[in-house]
Amino acid sequence: MEFSVDPSSRLPIYRQLGEQIREAVARGRLRPGEQLPSVRDLSRTLVVNPNTIARVYTELEREGVLHTRQGLGAFVAEPKAELTKRARKERLEELLDRFLTEAVYLGLSAEEVVAAVAERAGQFQWSHV
Amino acid sequence: MSDAIFTQRLTKYYGRRAVVDSLDLRVPQGSVYGFLGRNGAGKSTTIKMLTGMVRPDSGKAFVLGEDVAGLAPAARARIAYLAEGHPLYRWMTVGEMARFARAFYPTWNDQLLEQILDHFALPRRGKIRRLSNGQRAQLSLALAVAPDPELLILDDPTLGLDTVVRREFLESLIQVIQRRGRTILFSSHILGDVERVADRIGILVDGVLRVDCPTDAFKESVRKIVLQFGRTPPAFPGCRGLVSSRQAGANLELIVVGYGDEQRQACEALEPRAIDVIELNLEDAFIEYTRGPRRSLPIFATENRDVESLGAQGAA
Repeated sequence: MEFSVDPSSRLPIYRQLGEQIREAVARGRLRPGEQLPSVRDLSRTLVVNPNTIARVYTELEREGVLHTRQGLGAFVAEPKAELTKRARKERLEELLDRFLTEAVYLGLSAEEVVAAVAERAGQFQWSHV
Repeated sequence: MSDAIFTQRLTKYYGRRAVVDSLDLRVPQGSVYGFLGRNGAGKSTTIKMLTGMVRPDSGKAFVLGEDVAGLAPAARARIAYLAEGHPLYRWMTVGEMARFARAFYPTWNDQLLEQILDHFALPRRGKIRRLSNGQRAQLSLALAVAPDPELLILDDPTLGLDTVVRREFLESLIQVIQRRGRTILFSSHILGDVERVADRIGILVDGVLRVDCPTDAFKESVRKIVLQFGRTPPAFPGCRGLVSSRQAGANLELIVVGYGDEQRQACEALEPRAIDVIELNLEDAFIEYTRGPRRSLPIFATENRDVESLGAQGAA
């Protein structure tokens, strides 16, 4: 798994790395139980302060994306749905509305958007509920 | 957490000008502190006062808990200093320089020194005068780290290095940081490097410490606000955290530290057609912050290490 950071970006380094890991997990490029590089190794390869890497791991653990085992390192957590079904539906609708608004302004038809969503969805790792 | 560097109203005059003006600097132990400012802002003078090479006109400086004015040799041995430009005895070989430097320290980690010299592929028998600027910087870092110091003070260590050597230098610095508990203060003009390695930054403007906070907190607090009017914009009356405001055609462009409800209301009161809030990268944030009219710059300091709660707290 390759990560990269760009200090000339408007996003702080810890957010760039956090988003890359979240996306890698969502796309199934990082599998549940898979181990992430140690803070030390990633700090060295990315040439970034180890405290920044440690902060990313800590925040992702709080979000339930990773879990750390003392002395062993950080691992991708098993997916778990903490929100109620209703809360998830509301959150999804909120995201869809924003996305559909943009799509309307791009001048696409509803059919084109639905087809594109179906195609992209194949690239992600979905939970089997 | 105790402070590895602590100054109280540290002041230095050159002629009638205060190059360092009542500086209260605190560098927490174990942190990597990026010390920033434009040329002539007082960074080098501050560093020279911290290392005892320049005497302050007033105020005090403490490093590793001891007053710099009466620093015992034992304390001095726990501090490493990389001077700007990496002055070394040019007639010595790399090996001779290492043996020479070693004699000044009670502790010396030969293994670490060899490791760094190998990493940089520095020839032990090469004369220092034949080394490139980059190699001299690498050698001085190796020599600074070998005594296993608790505090490293680096004055613009990557000045004049090419991109590749600078990256290698940073890689070595990361290795140094990974040894726990060590504190590093370094000055630099390369903001990308600073963001990679610094936990906290301090920005000196005309000898005054205007910013002192976690690196991300600064980046996430400075915003450019563009108010679109579609006609000649009115003057901006001002708000808390305002760094600068300028007219650009039919727009009014503001630089604000800690943009929140209060600042938004001040903008909305002018009834612009639209308000855009633009995030900046560290370099742009630094440029916009330091080129404003200097006397009125808002001081942005926080002890807060948790960036999330900063928005609620706002900038002082």
